[in-house]
Amino acid sequence: MGNSKRFDFENNVAGALADDQLRRNLRNAMDILVDKRRTVFPDTATLEQLRSAGNAIKRRALKNLPQLLEQLEANCTRNGIQVHWAEDTDEANQIVLEIMRRHDAPAIVKGKSMVSEEMHLNHFLEENDIEAMETDLGEFIIQLNHETPSHIIVPAIHKNKDEVATIFHDKIPDTPYTENVEELTDIARVVMRKRFASAKVGLSGVNFAIAETGTLLLVENEGNGRMCTTVPDAHVAVMGLEKVVEKLSDVPPLLRLLTGSATGQVITTYVNMISSPRKGEEKDGPKEVHLIILDNGRSHILADPELRQTLLCIRCGTCLNHCPVYVRIGGHAYGHVYPGPIGKILTPQMEGLKEAGVLATASSLCGACGEVCPVRIPIPDLIRRLRNESYDQEGSAVVEGAGYKKNLAETLVWKGWELANRSPLLNEIGTRLAGKVGNRMPKIGPLKKWTRVRTSPQVAPTSLHERARKEGVKDE
Amino acid sequence: MEKRTYPDPSSKVYFFGTCLVDAAYPDAGMAAIKLLESHGVEVVFPQDQSCCGQPAYNSGFVQEARAVARNQIRVFSKPYPIVVPSGSCAGMMKHHYPPLFAGTPDEAAARRFSERVYELSEYLATVVAVNLEDRGDPVTITWHSSCHALREMDVIRHSKALIRQLKNVTLVELERETECCGFGGTFAVKQAAISAAMVKDKVDDITRTGASTLVAGDCGCLMNITGAMAKAGVTIAGKHLAEFLWERTNGQ
Repeated sequence: MGNSKRFDFENNVAGALADDQLRRNLRNAMDILVDKRRTVFPDTATLEQLRSAGNAIKRRALKNLPQLLEQLEANCTRNGIQVHWAEDTDEANQIVLEIMRRHDAPAIVKGKSMVSEEMHLNHFLEENDIEAMETDLGEFIIQLNHETPSHIIVPAIHKNKDEVATIFHDKIPDTPYTENVEELTDIARVVMRKRFASAKVGLSGVNFAIAETGTLLLVENEGNGRMCTTVPDAHVAVMGLEKVVEKLSDVPPLLRLLTGSATGQVITTYVNMISSPRKGEEKDGPKEVHLIILDNGRSHILADPELRQTLLCIRCGTCLNHCPVYVRIGGHAYGHVYPGPIGKILTPQMEGLKEAGVLATASSLCGACGEVCPVRIPIPDLIRRLRNESYDQEGSAVVEGAGYKKNLAETLVWKGWELANRSPLLNEIGTRLAGKVGNRMPKIGPLKKWTRVRTSPQVAPTSLHERARKEGVKDE
Repeated sequence: MEKRTYPDPSSKVYFFGTCLVDAAYPDAGMAAIKLLESHGVEVVFPQDQSCCGQPAYNSGFVQEARAVARNQIRVFSKPYPIVVPSGSCAGMMKHHYPPLFAGTPDEAAARRFSERVYELSEYLATVVAVNLEDRGDPVTITWHSSCHALREMDVIRHSKALIRQLKNVTLVELERETECCGFGGTFAVKQAAISAAMVKDKVDDITRTGASTLVAGDCGCLMNITGAMAKAGVTIAGKHLAEFLWERTNGQ
């Protein structure tokens, strides 16, 4: 994914865990987001019904995806929206570049879009002497600091107020240092208003694309999305192909789930529904609207009946907020665009197991993500599936890089484990042996890692099998 | 969570001890058996039992997991309820056996097996409907919820209901009771640094309660947390729920 440095998860984790400020910021922010979600969904039964509805709608959409995409294209085209297909991120970037060149635009204003992150669009445009100007406040902050988003909804969540104050003071010319949030917002607003007024092209993501009507739906809270999609002459929307839904009536439950799960809001401040460019007699709105539909490996994910559930995702980020791993290491440690639990299943499928399979090991399978996912993606099951794919013991794996971890030593360990737990005699011998020598094992390998912060597990001298036998518990 | 149908309280039960209890916590296993027996439940402990298969299942070794799981299905063949002193192993056997055997000749047998699996505290609280008489001195404890007992088996309310029957026991709940302790089987060694950070926070949370004992229903979590407490010089005892209940109701 265009990372210049090799992805070194262990090193990233070590850095994050050693950063007390980062961990405090994350914990505080995640606690707030978790609380807000709880407040907006007070009734469990209602929420569970809504989650089932969301799952059913998205499942239906994935089942009919090719037809829905064709329908979306037909209806968008009829509405005057120009539809472009991109098989990979290079193609998507080229399409944006061509639009920029046609409009002779030296800069683009951007609303928040994770697909544009997936495209590494800012970097690509920069190489082509075009300035990408982020206008979402969080994105604006991290762009000033040359960082990538650490969260898919709240990209600068790893920064606290004081850190933002320092960034503004250092990076925006003639800006006095202030920790006053209103003043900081005003500073950003002044910069951004100039950007909106001057840009010829605006970019946005898409939360839901409605096939039935040819409508692009975009939620946001800052109004910058409205500006990016209405002020410039051309609006370019980018979406992953899984964002299409069948009909308008599919949207209300999904919208409720999205905003409630993401930010604990009943509805966002802005809900933009874009169905065409400016029409003849209208006084505002873009003259051109483009929709770029990106595949980038999604068709491959769709082909597997279990893994395709990855594509149910509506990018609410609540699995990150509830993840005991994410809250400790933050988004950057994951080394790729999509962090947290959803990143653990999406990134290895997009980038291949060899590049990102390690992410599937970074889960205790506690199940917190699956419990809150608004569309019921069984994230722990899919993590487990990717672990299977990593070893490909059954030779049936489908993900790129499958079997990359296959090795004789580990296979023998598990074969031995299997034997000991399949044969009552071997099991008995094994447990007795462990009872005698288990507590004198040298602290190497896994035990060395275990005992770094824990004492050694103590093997009992007499096993439960023996105790049950001695104390006369019946065996049948 | 689905509504459960419960067996007759007079049913003879199988006891599945779990590999961890077998090797490291046999006292907890015996306490669970005695608790059941002292409430009139006839307990059968098949000597050919071993492990539920979860270690391999979660580590990418499905074939090996299936072979070991198949052994349990074979050994626990009679239609008795299977009582398990672990939410995690029970969750594996109840919720993961059916998909593990899907499309194999053992699919139907796996499903019938999984329908008979009960976590210990749920069985004690609902089927046996125990009345516990506390004979111990006043004590303040805290409770750790295992993730799989909480999210797969949904039995935490039963575990706590049993504790709350004990009149001399004050239960101080953790601030982040639903957060994972960082065990996660091989996760604890494959991602040792993250696991270490998680268990450290859990130990801090436990320490802040002022409890003298930590009670939990899963020995994986207990091994992780008590190991970390011992290494950090925290002198809070860790006990499996079965052992705790048995000691309290027998004046130990």
